[in-house]
Amino acid sequence: MRSTGFDRERRDFLIRSLKAASAVAITGMVGQRFGWRTPPVKIREFGAVQLPDFSRPGLDPRMSIVAGADRIQTLRRAVEALGGWSAFVSPGERVLLKVNAAFASPPVIGATTHPDLVAETVRQCLRVGAAAVLVTDNPIHEPSTAFELTGIGPAARAAGAELILPREEYFRPCDLPRGRLLHHWPLLYQPFVGVNRLIGLAPVKAHYRSGASMTLKNWYGLLGGRRSVFHQDLHTLIMELALLVRPTLVILDGTMTMVTNGPTGGSITDLKPTHVMIASTDPVAADAFGATLLGRKPSELPHLTRAAAAGAGTVSYELLNPIRMSAGTL
Amino acid sequence: MKITCVRWICQLFFLLLFFWFCIVASVGEAWWQLRGWPVNWLLQLDPLHALGVLFSTGALNPGLIWAMATIVLTILLGRFFCGWVCPFGTLHQALGWLGERGATRRGRRRRRLPHPAQGIKYYLLAVLLVAAIGGWLSSGAQALGDQVRLVHFFRHVFSATLQTGWLDPLSLMHRSINLVLLPWLGRAARIVWASPRVHPGALWIAWIFFSSLAINFWRPRFYCRYVCPLGALLGILGRFSLWRVGKKSLTCSDCLDCNTGCEGACDPAGRIQTHECVLCMKCLWACPEQVMAYRTARSAGGEIAAPNLTRRGLITAVGAGLATPPILRLGTGLNGYADRIRPPGARAETELLARCIKCGQCMRVCPTNIVQPALLEAGWEGIWTPVLNFRMGGCALPCVACGQICPTGALRPLSVDEKLGRNRFAETGPIRIGTAFVDLGRCLPWAMDRPCIVCQENCPVSPKAIFVREVYNPVRNPLPPLIGADPLTVRFGAPVLPAGRFATGDFYCRVEGKSGPRPRRIVEHGMDFLAIDPNDPWDPPPRPGDGTEVLVRLQRPVVDPEHCIGCGMCEHVCPLSGVKAIRVHAENESRHVGRSFLL
Repeated sequence: MRSTGFDRERRDFLIRSLKAASAVAITGMVGQRFGWRTPPVKIREFGAVQLPDFSRPGLDPRMSIVAGADRIQTLRRAVEALGGWSAFVSPGERVLLKVNAAFASPPVIGATTHPDLVAETVRQCLRVGAAAVLVTDNPIHEPSTAFELTGIGPAARAAGAELILPREEYFRPCDLPRGRLLHHWPLLYQPFVGVNRLIGLAPVKAHYRSGASMTLKNWYGLLGGRRSVFHQDLHTLIMELALLVRPTLVILDGTMTMVTNGPTGGSITDLKPTHVMIASTDPVAADAFGATLLGRKPSELPHLTRAAAAGAGTVSYELLNPIRMSAGTL
Repeated sequence: MKITCVRWICQLFFLLLFFWFCIVASVGEAWWQLRGWPVNWLLQLDPLHALGVLFSTGALNPGLIWAMATIVLTILLGRFFCGWVCPFGTLHQALGWLGERGATRRGRRRRRLPHPAQGIKYYLLAVLLVAAIGGWLSSGAQALGDQVRLVHFFRHVFSATLQTGWLDPLSLMHRSINLVLLPWLGRAARIVWASPRVHPGALWIAWIFFSSLAINFWRPRFYCRYVCPLGALLGILGRFSLWRVGKKSLTCSDCLDCNTGCEGACDPAGRIQTHECVLCMKCLWACPEQVMAYRTARSAGGEIAAPNLTRRGLITAVGAGLATPPILRLGTGLNGYADRIRPPGARAETELLARCIKCGQCMRVCPTNIVQPALLEAGWEGIWTPVLNFRMGGCALPCVACGQICPTGALRPLSVDEKLGRNRFAETGPIRIGTAFVDLGRCLPWAMDRPCIVCQENCPVSPKAIFVREVYNPVRNPLPPLIGADPLTVRFGAPVLPAGRFATGDFYCRVEGKSGPRPRRIVEHGMDFLAIDPNDPWDPPPRPGDGTEVLVRLQRPVVDPEHCIGCGMCEHVCPLSGVKAIRVHAENESRHVGRSFLL
């Protein structure tokens, strides 16, 4: 039988009804799925990380203070006095150097870790058999410019190290157990993956807010996010950093001390030749000695006394019987 | 090989070269970074820029003389630049081809017929160049000598603005690639920058770029035919070209195949419009009878050598060009614009506006991403000219990249010594971009009694332009009188202190009485006692009943305008994420004597 116009219309209407019904049903299902629930608040996307203790087990706290103007010589003597590089780095280990590359200013200004110091440390780590040496920091200025202009980037690469510039995805939220400020704060974590040893390299600088910027303040460069809010309670933050980051060794460069206009400097007149290199397994002790280069008592720097009280090291560096020598007599 | 194949290879070469120059315009020493690559070369080949800058300033910037090569070749050969070199033209041609796949021959022919609206671009060219030449009329009035009133009249009735950058294809494309495509793709692939780039108003730049590309699906090479002022200029320059496309004989089968693919819509089948011909050479191969040729003789079919412009239209365009700059300037008051902070090395405002071609090279090269295209910060005239956004970062002291790359000298190529006022420039002092101002209502130590001074810490000049004033302010909750004390401790009868809060190193204790008013630093406290720094004991110790205050030690930032260079580092690092508590404004910028506010 031939279908009439009426049939066609009816068939068309039935098909449309079916389609409309399915569309309504899908709308209803979507509404059912999402309509009655308050969306969960997502603030913390990843689990928090914690940093391992990088200090060398079985090694007593030790410290050396070597006088001299030549960084490479003083560094060499300072580490030899502590038992040589092999006491800190074993063959096959991966070593991370945390430098201070905060500002895009040339080495002569002294606001950043001196490239000679970086190059020599990299060479020595590789000499005693390190599988790889990584160099990192999260500068305040634009990272690639900062690493180039400070000379740290070229020096590290030339000495055979791998440079890790911060990137958004290299940061992971980090927790200090029982800490007050460091809760789920972004930390430059990627460079630490697979690393066995951590060495901090920092210059001695005056700092208006915290009194001094040395090896402990240097860990600030591992933080990401809007870290400048921490300046409201900077002493507590540095104390917490001292508890969070437990290095294998710190090198405090007191060859030229930035006594004024710190921590950026900007002129060689801000520097005072103090001609000393400090190597220590205890960053608090190293900084306590560094404070004397700035003409201050360690007890005048609240972050040092508080870090010591919290168990991060000792302010009374003389208790470590630091080995004192001069590189000039070589 | 077909001549059209050679042309495609040539176009592809220049397109890739263009993209390559965009990619390598990064500060750095690697072979794929700025290391002597002539990244401005295609901009310099562009005669519209050279002519515009010459008109508006009376001089050429070094490098712009390359445009002479284009001009001479165009005079001899015709609009080869449009058909063979221009990267924007190549994109249009490719998209036009894409949009015509599946179209009938008749349809293609219809899209490629000449249209009177192709004259629009000549009027646009007239407006833009006349607007640039106003400066000559203005300064030429000096020749009137002591006719003071006439000189005054001319100087104020005319002025110059260079606005060719709006429509010039090289500017448009550089701006679009630098500020839209590279940041967008670079953000995903991290090919050029380590951190994501930000450019306010990128949407508008993208909108113009993509819509001028998309319109090729309606009319192939729409931009080249109707809009491009560079094409218009080259069309006029090619008027006497020695070689030209045309028919060898008048008689042919009138198949119109030559019109079917014509890029310039110049009607080679009829009377060819030489000024519209972009030398795509498609007609040479399309003609089944080999009637079409590129040769020294004029077309046997006749020629229309010059655009058919009306006198009325031209007078309107010239009038608009003369009137636009002075009327634009009516919007600029004596004090200019509050947010118009120009990069270091920027010339005085009118000088800058007479040179900037809005190409975005300075924004592309800035390693810190602070050089940004202006929206309305510099007025309508200054749209897409460079301004600084210090929320992104501070101007790195030893960096002079923006002035070094600027193709027209709107930003002067500073040396680091000149920027920082060292050595030979010690007398003149550093280049100042502006001055930082502390917002006392927002600054934490000023407004909220909280220690901070991140700005002071990061001030990169020596001596620091931000210094601090130390004050001791009582905390909010007063303490009851003490009940007992020794030289290092005071005790209260009740738990009145919040545990641990005052032992951070920033809080001090002051006791009224004979122990001396000097605040002592608190090193430890419980809920009912305070202990102070053992280096500074009370002598004599406080007595029960003495009033006690807990004070917070504040260092309040103060800007010293003598030393501030306006680098914006303080604004960038200020921990407030909304409106910053210290902000740089253009006051005291050294590019303009009148902007100094110092005595």
